[in-house]
Amino acid sequence: MSALIAAAKKEGTLNVIALPPTWANYGTIIDDFQKTYGITVNSTLPDGTSQQEVDAVKTENGTAKAPDVMDIGLAVALANTSLFAPYEVSTWSDIPAAQKDPNGLWYEDYGGYMAIGYSTKFGTITSLSQLLGPKFKGAVALNGNPTSANAALNGVMMANLAEGGTASNIADGVNFFAKLKAAGNFNPISATGATIKAGTTEVVFNWDYLNLPSYVGVPAGSWKVFIPQNAVLGGYYAQAINKDAPHPAAARLWEEFLYSQAASGGQNLWLEGGARPVEQQAMTSNSSINTSAASALPAVTGTPVFLTEAQNTAAANYLAANWAKAVG
Amino acid sequence: MAVATTTQTGARPWWAGRRPPTPAWVGTVPFLAYVGVFLLWPTGIVVVDSLKNPNGAWAFSNISELGNPLVRGYFIGSFKLCVLSSVAGAVLGAILAYAVASGDPDGVGRRLYIAVSGVLAQFGGVTLAFAFLVTIGPVGLLFHASWYFDFPWGIGLIYTYFQIPLMVLVFLPAIDGLKVQWREASENLGASAWQYWRYVGGPLLMPAFLGALLLLFANALSAFATIQAWENQIAYIVPQQISTALSSEVGLSNVNVADLLALGMVILVAIVMTGYALLQRRAARWLR
Repeated sequence: MSALIAAAKKEGTLNVIALPPTWANYGTIIDDFQKTYGITVNSTLPDGTSQQEVDAVKTENGTAKAPDVMDIGLAVALANTSLFAPYEVSTWSDIPAAQKDPNGLWYEDYGGYMAIGYSTKFGTITSLSQLLGPKFKGAVALNGNPTSANAALNGVMMANLAEGGTASNIADGVNFFAKLKAAGNFNPISATGATIKAGTTEVVFNWDYLNLPSYVGVPAGSWKVFIPQNAVLGGYYAQAINKDAPHPAAARLWEEFLYSQAASGGQNLWLEGGARPVEQQAMTSNSSINTSAASALPAVTGTPVFLTEAQNTAAANYLAANWAKAVG
Repeated sequence: MAVATTTQTGARPWWAGRRPPTPAWVGTVPFLAYVGVFLLWPTGIVVVDSLKNPNGAWAFSNISELGNPLVRGYFIGSFKLCVLSSVAGAVLGAILAYAVASGDPDGVGRRLYIAVSGVLAQFGGVTLAFAFLVTIGPVGLLFHASWYFDFPWGIGLIYTYFQIPLMVLVFLPAIDGLKVQWREASENLGASAWQYWRYVGGPLLMPAFLGALLLLFANALSAFATIQAWENQIAYIVPQQISTALSSEVGLSNVNVADLLALGMVILVAIVMTGYALLQRRAARWLR
């Protein structure tokens, strides 16, 4: 570890890409890393997408500006593993096996669970079927079209799991939304922070860390988040190192920092930003977790489910053929 | 020194009289270049790419996609929305245009109507959808009804907001073209108001009315941002599905399908605009 720190300090610089400072606490994480190791972090294209990260790695390959590390959506990561260098951080064994590449090419970093955010004027929601009741008329919205937006597909899948469906067959989730539509409760408006603030989308399916009052921009007492029992559906981002990284040692030190379980390490910093760090379970057992930040997250009961690539494809194909019919 | 050269008034410039004769078509080059780069070239790309597979090989079987019931559904959705909003917009806009035309031709009222119509005909997109959301939306200020989200009724209502002013703008010249002498002549011959409209005014205005209707239809066909902000969780119309085919995060993106859908729209617009041109030719006879 000390040899890695020395080599990284000698390189002196780290290039990161597509890390918005307000997202999952990245502003603090970058500052702390710079202060701790005296390494300058060049952050480019903070609002970029996963695909733009991959494009930058390809087009700037071999230059000193090329991104050293990526924080990337899983679908894009799986399609581009030939660009990554394998690396296993020292806390590797604490990352659940389903959330990392066995060869160390990519490893999930933080994420969240699909959740239902709702206005507190409805009282407290305790089950999905309550949403079919008359007081939710025209209130329930997804974050986009599930044949197009990943968050919306996972919203339907979460309803599917809550309705007793399996991850391999999303039909029960589509049926639930058909019932919602028949009851007049489905709201097809594109849900954004602005529509939530204006009160036009009062119940929204979205990732829990994007469904917090602080992120949505509403007062804490007016918006709650609920995850149905046995419908814990995870969606995580992944880290990967550019195999032609201009600063290979700094890149590896950055990963060590992000997966550090120290009180001021990356895992706890993500948690403080409302995201769930990938080593949360292990850190809960070894008591290294920031308990006050952890208890601020929406409560869950049940085992988290992560869609495999095949399950994701099956769901997308089913939605392409049936979604418009069910709710149109 | 510069002063000296510019004060040689009366001297013929060196190029005077030596310019080679320019063919008349040269004047159209900027226009043709513009149309070529921004209309013909992209249309050509759409046509060619819609007949290829993602690997770039020819795939004429793509055309059969247009018979896919799902794809047909998007075109039917677009058709319904365009018919609803253009018929409603044309009828209401024509009545409004007639009211404006029967006022003082130089009056403030008329100028105000034309100016406002010019602005509102361009009002659309997210701004318009949000304006409707906060007025008649689920927690809107006035009369919310659940049918606002039953396609195509609610979104059709929103589209008429820019269709009516557009109709006023394109239909007003036709009404102005109705000569007052025609009315006097028919009254002198003993025609009632109904007979005047049935046998004189109506037939004269019909080609212009139908032409404007087709223009409104084409106008509604390509609108995308308004419906996307109003109801985006389902693709009802072709432009929404093109967006999905271009940018699906869940693995359903297919650029060639997007091109094919765009080709379908190009064909639809071509049919509509041909009809528009034919009707315009007929209508123009009476407006000289």
